[in-house]
Amino acid sequence: MERQSEPAIRIVVDLQRKVLEIIAVRLGEEAPLLPILHDVQAAFGCVDEAAQTTIADALNLSRAEVHGVVSFYHDFTSSADLRPALHLCRAEACQARGVERMVAAAEAAAGQRVELKTTYCLGLCSVGPAARVGDGLHARLDETGLVKLVQSL
Amino acid sequence: MHWLEPLVEIGGTGFGPATPDDIAAILVGTSLKAIGKIADHPFIALQQRLSFARAGLTRPLSLADYARTGGWAGLKRARAIGANRLLAEVLQSGLRGRGGAGFPAGTKWQTVANAPASTKYVVCNADEGDSGTFADRMMMEGDPFQLIEGMAIAGLAVGAGQGYIYVRSEYPRAIAKLRDAISFATEHIAPFRIELRVGAGAYVCGEETSLLNSIEGKRGEVRVKPPLPALEGLFGCPTVVNNVLTLAAIPHILAEGGASLYDSLGIERSRGTMPIQLAGNIRHGGLFETAFGISLRELIYDIGGGTFSGRPVKAVQVGGPLGSYIHPSQFDLPFGYEAYSQADALIGHGGVVVFDDTADMGAMARFAFQFCAAESCGKCTPCRIGSTRGVELIDRIRARPSTASGRVGAVESFPQMHNARKVPSTRSDDLTLLEDLCETMRDASLCALGGFTPYPVRSALRNWPEDFGPDFAR
Repeated sequence: MERQSEPAIRIVVDLQRKVLEIIAVRLGEEAPLLPILHDVQAAFGCVDEAAQTTIADALNLSRAEVHGVVSFYHDFTSSADLRPALHLCRAEACQARGVERMVAAAEAAAGQRVELKTTYCLGLCSVGPAARVGDGLHARLDETGLVKLVQSL
Repeated sequence: MHWLEPLVEIGGTGFGPATPDDIAAILVGTSLKAIGKIADHPFIALQQRLSFARAGLTRPLSLADYARTGGWAGLKRARAIGANRLLAEVLQSGLRGRGGAGFPAGTKWQTVANAPASTKYVVCNADEGDSGTFADRMMMEGDPFQLIEGMAIAGLAVGAGQGYIYVRSEYPRAIAKLRDAISFATEHIAPFRIELRVGAGAYVCGEETSLLNSIEGKRGEVRVKPPLPALEGLFGCPTVVNNVLTLAAIPHILAEGGASLYDSLGIERSRGTMPIQLAGNIRHGGLFETAFGISLRELIYDIGGGTFSGRPVKAVQVGGPLGSYIHPSQFDLPFGYEAYSQADALIGHGGVVVFDDTADMGAMARFAFQFCAAESCGKCTPCRIGSTRGVELIDRIRARPSTASGRVGAVESFPQMHNARKVPSTRSDDLTLLEDLCETMRDASLCALGGFTPYPVRSALRNWPEDFGPDFAR
């Protein structure tokens, strides 16, 4: 077995400590799993296998149960994607306002550099097509606007 | 009035849609963007705002503004008259669940109130995932205290001390507003407590039982009913699960004489007002709260001003992704639970999505199945597998002309496959199969996601068969 170097072990221990800190804040709440997963996802960009194990141990759940929850929800991922992400709404109301005709251009602009994700509804249905970047919302997009937005990430 | 936003208001007069370049002209009063008094604008003047009376007029997070405009009056009166009279008034108002199913709110509350248990919960369903709907978002962002007051009243009525608001993660601004509003309102609603829970991108969690599972920290899978959540809900305790709009309508109903006023509006058993959301390809979109009974024609042409693109209206989807596509020939249908259900449609959460004549209704029917496949929780077979088979079937129907036949697959040709069909299927076979699939999904799915997906599919096929193949006979 390959021996891990001293700094690598330290990083792993630090990560686990951070996960435990997040858990400790939430532990008094009723059914804290989802809030914990949100916090871990926000801190690390994912809830990886090691974090899942730590969470399972702390909440007295099986690893399968935690993995089941992580894999069920679109917002949680088990590996981090470090690229900037754009959530483009492609639900009916935005389709009625022509979002599908803009997808190809957005994909071309995104290439491999930007993660282009589909979301179903941002509640901006009378001013679509709409997109979300982090907590920022963008409405009334046309093809030029969308491409510019992708390029700005 | 979203088409006029960003809207600048000076002393009641509006200017919109405003850009930074317009500011100088607006300030000196020469701007061409002036729309006159906002209160007199037809889009506002024609409304009957009960739930949204305050939205846009007060500062959403100002407790002083809220109290000045009649806030907390319902809760004070509820505390004074006690749980029994409170329940009677909610029943009398005729308020039905605004989330989509339209179940009488008073009856649900009565069930929870009567359930013997030491711990009960009030859960607010703010997982507004339907495309074309944004009334919950506007309530949470525009008048969050009203929702909080409604929940506190619900807590009094049923004997619950703890409430949860489950809001979808796609609404970052509503989440921020609610967080602040809950902490500001703590003293006003005590001893009732409210906690905010944020969803994680699952559409199906708008279904009440999967929402409860999600709050409990489980996969958002649907539960089998019975037991009803009113008897065994959150953590197995009796639970009121109501939509944002239902709970936000409560403070008005509980104010002096509110229940009778609410009951006096509407048609048939659809009482009171409905915040209708005009969305999609519409010129004048936005939230329009009015009494039940208004027709789609009035909504789309008189109020909405037709399509945004200027092209003719082809179809309107009412009630979100699981609602029927309505043909212009049915536009005189009065807006109400009974009238829509008779027309094989549903009003759902009150979203109205307009499509112009460039829409491909065959593609929309396919999208209904595709959406169901993407968002299915996977618990029941008709929804999990039926949705994928539906996408394939519609592709097959659309791909070939009516005369040509398919071919028998390699697997089906094996002699062991006794029950597989040995002759190629025709398009009419596929249509029968589609009908069969829709029936199975409608009758055998556990919740509305699988059960209502046939609504958009069937209505699209019924009204626009030509979009399912060039030589399609009506």
